[in-house]
Amino acid sequence: MPADRFLRALRGAAFIGGCLLVAAAFAADAPTAKPLVADPALEARVLDLSHKLRCLVCQNQSIAESHAPLAVDLRDQVREQLAAGRSENEVVDYLVARYGDFVLYAPPFKATTLLLWLGPAALLLAGAGWLAIRLRSREREAAVTLSEAEHRRARELLAGNAAVPPSSKEPRS
Amino acid sequence: MIPELGHFALVLALVIALVQAVVPLLGAHRNRLALMAVGRPAALGQFLFTGFSFACLTWAFVVNDFSVEYVAMHSNTATPLIYRITAVWGSHEGSLLLWALTLSLWTVAVAVFSRNLPEAFVARVLGTLGWIAVGFLAFMLVTSNPFTRLIPGAAEGRDLNPLLQDPGMIIHPPLLYMGYVGFSVAFAFAIAALLTGRLDAAWARWSRPWTTAAWVFLTAGIALGSGWAYYELGWGGWWFWDPVENASFMPWLLGTALIHSLAVTEKRGAFRSWTVLLAIGAFSLSLLGTFLVRSGVLTSVHAFATDPRRGLFILAFLVAVIGVSLLLYAWRAPKLAGGGSFAFVSRDTALLGNNVLLSVVSASVLLGTLYPLFLDALGLGKLSVGPPYFEAVFVPLMTPVVVLMMFGPFLRWKGDELMPALRRVAPAFVASILIGLGTAFAVGHVSWRTVLGLALAAWVVLASLQLLATRLRERAGASAASRLATIPAAWWGMWLAHLGVGIFIIGVTMVGSLENNLDVKMKEGERVEFSGYTLLFRGVQDAPGPNFAAARANLELFRGDVDIGTLQPEKRIYLAQQMPMTEAALDVGLFRDVYVSLGEQLEDGSWIVSLHYKPFISWIWAGCVLMALGGILAAADRRYRRLAERRLPAAAVQAA
Repeated sequence: MPADRFLRALRGAAFIGGCLLVAAAFAADAPTAKPLVADPALEARVLDLSHKLRCLVCQNQSIAESHAPLAVDLRDQVREQLAAGRSENEVVDYLVARYGDFVLYAPPFKATTLLLWLGPAALLLAGAGWLAIRLRSREREAAVTLSEAEHRRARELLAGNAAVPPSSKEPRS
Repeated sequence: MIPELGHFALVLALVIALVQAVVPLLGAHRNRLALMAVGRPAALGQFLFTGFSFACLTWAFVVNDFSVEYVAMHSNTATPLIYRITAVWGSHEGSLLLWALTLSLWTVAVAVFSRNLPEAFVARVLGTLGWIAVGFLAFMLVTSNPFTRLIPGAAEGRDLNPLLQDPGMIIHPPLLYMGYVGFSVAFAFAIAALLTGRLDAAWARWSRPWTTAAWVFLTAGIALGSGWAYYELGWGGWWFWDPVENASFMPWLLGTALIHSLAVTEKRGAFRSWTVLLAIGAFSLSLLGTFLVRSGVLTSVHAFATDPRRGLFILAFLVAVIGVSLLLYAWRAPKLAGGGSFAFVSRDTALLGNNVLLSVVSASVLLGTLYPLFLDALGLGKLSVGPPYFEAVFVPLMTPVVVLMMFGPFLRWKGDELMPALRRVAPAFVASILIGLGTAFAVGHVSWRTVLGLALAAWVVLASLQLLATRLRERAGASAASRLATIPAAWWGMWLAHLGVGIFIIGVTMVGSLENNLDVKMKEGERVEFSGYTLLFRGVQDAPGPNFAAARANLELFRGDVDIGTLQPEKRIYLAQQMPMTEAALDVGLFRDVYVSLGEQLEDGSWIVSLHYKPFISWIWAGCVLMALGGILAAADRRYRRLAERRLPAAAVQAA
């Protein structure tokens, strides 16, 4: 019975629609969940800083990403200190004093990291210098002139009926 | 028994690889066809035996043969079949086997599709590939045999690392390896050319499709890996500048330089020695990447101390490959100088400039990746080099690359007038800066990063449109449709890939500037408003899997009154290793993803739920897809096939 099936479908649709409406109304009435932290502005600062700090026991994860107990603990420390009014730099200094430079994803600029921080600039200068020398020598180079035979060969190649390059030796078998 | 067969097949593959490495090279040197002809069957034999060996290891995983140490370490009877199969490449030994299999696959492809190249050249290419295979197969047999028996066998296996039990594991490593190993073909072509002393446009034309194909695989592999990390790690990051990622990114950067340099060598005969150097560099970085990732040296330089043989072998192999090829280069390259001359203002210069920049970026990433290792090895202290460093280096160096990338195509080859060229692009350039500023204001996030990113993206899109319009205008006369049809596939490839860079930049900039996240405590029946969406928490149920226990949350997602769907993030404990994992749930959209992951349950019965709003993040992968599509179009250009077709009649005429 098509009519019957149609009615059933209609009833089904009405049921789903009703559920959606109820769900929507329910969503609007439902109690609001509490944020995990009281102060979202502070939390944004905590997260920002956490991304730059290494979880010391994890395999290359920041303390923002890791769920390891140490990461959670460090995050709490960062939050506490920021909440106590310390600046980002002070928190970083405190953590470096405790855990060493290893905790920082941006290595400090000092004698042992000189090469690291200046390396890319030096590479760029070297690359630019090399490029300049190459271009200068290239500009001085005269354009290659072709002999009549080479011109003929080039025309053959372009026409598409050239065979094996004449320079290659016939292999012996 | 079957693992022993696999082991034996691996030994045979090594023997065949040795033959493939020695005999064809000798034949090419002595100009003997009979010796050269050994290359092709040897390539096929090596592929068959490596493939058989691979199948044996897979079999050991499928039937849970825990008397094989590698299987016992990386599988479990409860592991689903598909992840038992992918566990074959889940760790050091097996991924080396995948590497060797991929190499033999590329080798066979070269052997089959190189019928139109001179025999001596093919012999040298196959010989070079043979030497690489010898290195890898010997490395595996001497230090990292995947078929080593465990006596007595284990009753139960330790299971595959839960992070790797994901559909991404099925496709990401094979794609990535196809890319990595594909550069060995470009490398072998370069070495063969150095050996022949014939480095010309024809050589560039032969190696271009191969190099582009490898680049496409690598692009797709990296993009997939990034997408996988995005949904698997539970907080929605997509790139971490992790050494493992850098290991695949460095060859990509140099490979990108290489495909452009090859284009110049083919079209203009210029940059020949530079192209060869790039081919050597890209493959060396692929090798280095493979070893960095798989040797364990990244977690600690002391990983080598546990098995010094591995470290020594790796170092010796790297030194041999890089040393021999650079020696060969130093010997032959001076003869290659010259080629087409070009003026300072020319497309040639733009391409060379970007080549240099990409190489500098690649070298800087290498520096940042290896620096902590060297410092630690020298006893100068432990150091972390992470995203802040790489971003500080990457952004300033890549900005001129993107600007030049869209300026170059407006310049003529060989030489052009600067002022008219600047006038051509000036309107689009100025408009892009204005669009960058305007859009940043419109989305309410004015930082130099946002403005720069959006302006660069606008520059790429506008210049792409202008380039297409110019191209169409050049072919006056016929209808627009027929003019479109005359544009060769390679040009479309270039156009699409460059446009993809723009789309990619939009994604990176938008998600970096406008992403939002919120951690909430939720009880059943509670809701949360977040970035214009409402999420209703419908509680948590048990959802046990084959080898894990899981808690699955149900969150209904609303936009206003519209029910968008239910998100079901999970928190899993993988039983064999008692390892907790988060499985995020995503509502993927064209302009934003809503990303939810489930945290711990608190003492009062509520759950920590992490909400992430990720605007335009899909554009990052859409950009990568466009780049890869561009590569496919470029590699499939008719002129490579036309060359082949043209040779055939010529040969037929000769034979007649």
